[in-house]
Amino acid sequence: MIIWLARRVVTSALTMLVASLVVFAVMEILPGDPAHLMLGINATDDAIASLRAELGLDRALAVRYLAWLGGMLTGDFGKSFTYSVPVIDLVRERLVVSLPLAVLALALSTAIALPVGLFAARHRGRAPDAIAMGGAQLGVAMPNFWFGLILMYVFAAWLRLVPAGGFPGWSAGLWPGLKALILPAVALALPQAAILARVARSALIDVMGEDYIRTARAKGLPENLVMRRHALRNALIPVLTILGLQFAFLVAGAVIIENVFYLPGLGRLVFQAINALDLIVVESVVMLLVAAVIVVNLLVDMSYAIVDPRLRTQA
Amino acid sequence: MKKTIVAASVLFLASSAAAFAARADLVLGMVLEPPHLDPTAGAAAAIDEVVYANVFEGLTRIGSKGEVLPGLAESWTVSDDGKTYTFKLRAGVKFHDGSDCDSADVKFSLDRAMAEKSTNAQKGLFAQIDKVEAPDAGSVVIGLKQPQGEFLYNLGWGDAVIVAPETAETNKDKPVGTGPFKFDNWAKGAQIVIARNDAYWGEKAALEKATFRIIPDAAAAIPALLSGDVQAFPNAPAGDALAQIKADSRFKVVIGATEGETILSTNNKKAPFDNIKVRQAIAHALDRTEIIAAASSGLGTPIGSHFSPANAAYVDLTGTYPHDLDKAKALLKEAGLENGFKATLKLPPVPYARDGGQVIAAQLKKIGIELELIPVEWAQWLEQVFKGKDFDLTIVSHTEPNDIGIYANHDYYFQYANPAFDKVMADLTGATDPAKRTELLQAAQKILADDAVNGFLFELPKIGVWDAKVEGLWESSPVQANDLTKVKWVD
Repeated sequence: MIIWLARRVVTSALTMLVASLVVFAVMEILPGDPAHLMLGINATDDAIASLRAELGLDRALAVRYLAWLGGMLTGDFGKSFTYSVPVIDLVRERLVVSLPLAVLALALSTAIALPVGLFAARHRGRAPDAIAMGGAQLGVAMPNFWFGLILMYVFAAWLRLVPAGGFPGWSAGLWPGLKALILPAVALALPQAAILARVARSALIDVMGEDYIRTARAKGLPENLVMRRHALRNALIPVLTILGLQFAFLVAGAVIIENVFYLPGLGRLVFQAINALDLIVVESVVMLLVAAVIVVNLLVDMSYAIVDPRLRTQA
Repeated sequence: MKKTIVAASVLFLASSAAAFAARADLVLGMVLEPPHLDPTAGAAAAIDEVVYANVFEGLTRIGSKGEVLPGLAESWTVSDDGKTYTFKLRAGVKFHDGSDCDSADVKFSLDRAMAEKSTNAQKGLFAQIDKVEAPDAGSVVIGLKQPQGEFLYNLGWGDAVIVAPETAETNKDKPVGTGPFKFDNWAKGAQIVIARNDAYWGEKAALEKATFRIIPDAAAAIPALLSGDVQAFPNAPAGDALAQIKADSRFKVVIGATEGETILSTNNKKAPFDNIKVRQAIAHALDRTEIIAAASSGLGTPIGSHFSPANAAYVDLTGTYPHDLDKAKALLKEAGLENGFKATLKLPPVPYARDGGQVIAAQLKKIGIELELIPVEWAQWLEQVFKGKDFDLTIVSHTEPNDIGIYANHDYYFQYANPAFDKVMADLTGATDPAKRTELLQAAQKILADDAVNGFLFELPKIGVWDAKVEGLWESSPVQANDLTKVKWVD
């Protein structure tokens, strides 16, 4: 287990190094001069040159890459070109929105998907299964930004139960903060839940054909217990895999949903920074997201071992 | 019984008190978040939309009709040769941090904007200033290298506001000005809050608090208004949904003018666009009504030159090259291009350009000009089109006020050069007599129209949507600002 973990940590570090090179190169290839973009079309050449020097853009590419990499290793993620505050402060401000949103959406999608998958698998091939999977198909096909807008019109503009968008900040209280996250979390969670429900259903159906299920039924165990104790537990591995992958989709989906609901989250920060050519913000935030995805995948791999005792000894 | 009466009267008192105390807060929606809040260090319109006239003030200021009004300077005199301006400053003006605002701050602000290391986005505004002197705390003398007719107007730009030396470096994050509103807080990505400055030197604002909420998605703007979360969109992104809002008596829809001349910018140095006959042919081929319908929901005002219809010196030149396909084809034939040609049209990421581009491509196709539409982002546009001059045609709105002078700059991206025009501009710079200035400005408009320098399309409209009970917001935007000093709720 220790050796396995050490090997995983080393490969993760290498992955991140490669990712940093790619992210940096891609951002630098983007056409456009951030200083010129900030000062607009009436800017004089010397004003642009002064700003370039102020932002450190007049240094050689390699020097800037190494400075950025070195900074990140010591916890310094640089200073935003446009906002002129440390990137890490921006990230911290945004994380208090994005993290609860991601957790809420993930919890919601799991809470919907597992019972639906279980239900569909139990009634496999009959009407309830068809209805559940038809609903899931709809969920997969529906674009989440459109679904978000529909939610906005119904629950905010019409029923006035929740705000149409924006985020009042946690300082306004726990409930107002949560209220602002409900619609975006639902919009984010439903398409994910649809995918997860389909995976859960097919995994369960696969498992239900196994010998040990027949044995469990043969020894007279009630169907509920068969499902919970034997079938669900064995079907969890593919579900966990999808859940891990979905984290990455959640991050990507959040960019869109945070724009629709104008939530000041990480996704919106990246989107704004790309438009403003705030290179350092994009580079650093993307690296943080890469790190997060790698860590989550590591956790998922480790959780296989918890679910399936055989993997513990193999490793 | 008695209890009920007491309770009822308390209830009555409470509700009548609420009815009499007019609402004193306002939430305004805006599409783009300002990168920072220092108007002297960035070109983003969103900066001025929050701080201009609210947080920061200059020596002069621009009013709602584009007129020059006294700002921190109470009055001024101009020497006979037009080269020396003496400003008398208002007494008792304080910055929001409590320190006095006097002539030393004015000198500091202007010197800083002109300095070699300055990162002022409109450094050109100050190019004619020779020196700034502060003989005493209450007056400032500015010497110019040569007379400049638009000098007082230039001082009213957001880029020329007065800042304090102690806070100049931190204004980006915590702006400290002299205006009727103080900066309160900025939740980045979400909203900016400003609060009334009770120590203001002039008439105090009616609003206690104003919140600028950033709503980037056009589709989300409408539910935000309908739910009451946002009570005003001074620049509404609503195109198609406007009819829905118009039909709702809770809201007012106000269509005003901007300083944005929207043009089919043409590379005047590149063949075949260097041939005036080709440019004239394009002008004849364009149908402004159709373009305006697609690019600005039919709300823009057609223009025939690079000048705002809101300006007193405007002349209507839309009839110079009327929509006439036969004439257009004949002109192309004269230019030796009767079989047409291929060209590119670069479109920045704004609806007026992306939507207008489709229509223009269809219109030019009728005279045999095949346009390849190339969408670009702003950063790319600046690099390739504006700086690199690597383009045939592009669509862009020039939103800077009174910017006809850009046509005298031969190195400007559309690379127009006409000595006759340059002469008019040189005369204009020295002219201070209003009648003479109007005459020169009209002559300048005419030259540009005749030369068909660019395809002159329409003046960008300002679409304002706000609660019917809100009064005092600007109808037009002579400068990109949301002056909240006169805004109040009425019943």
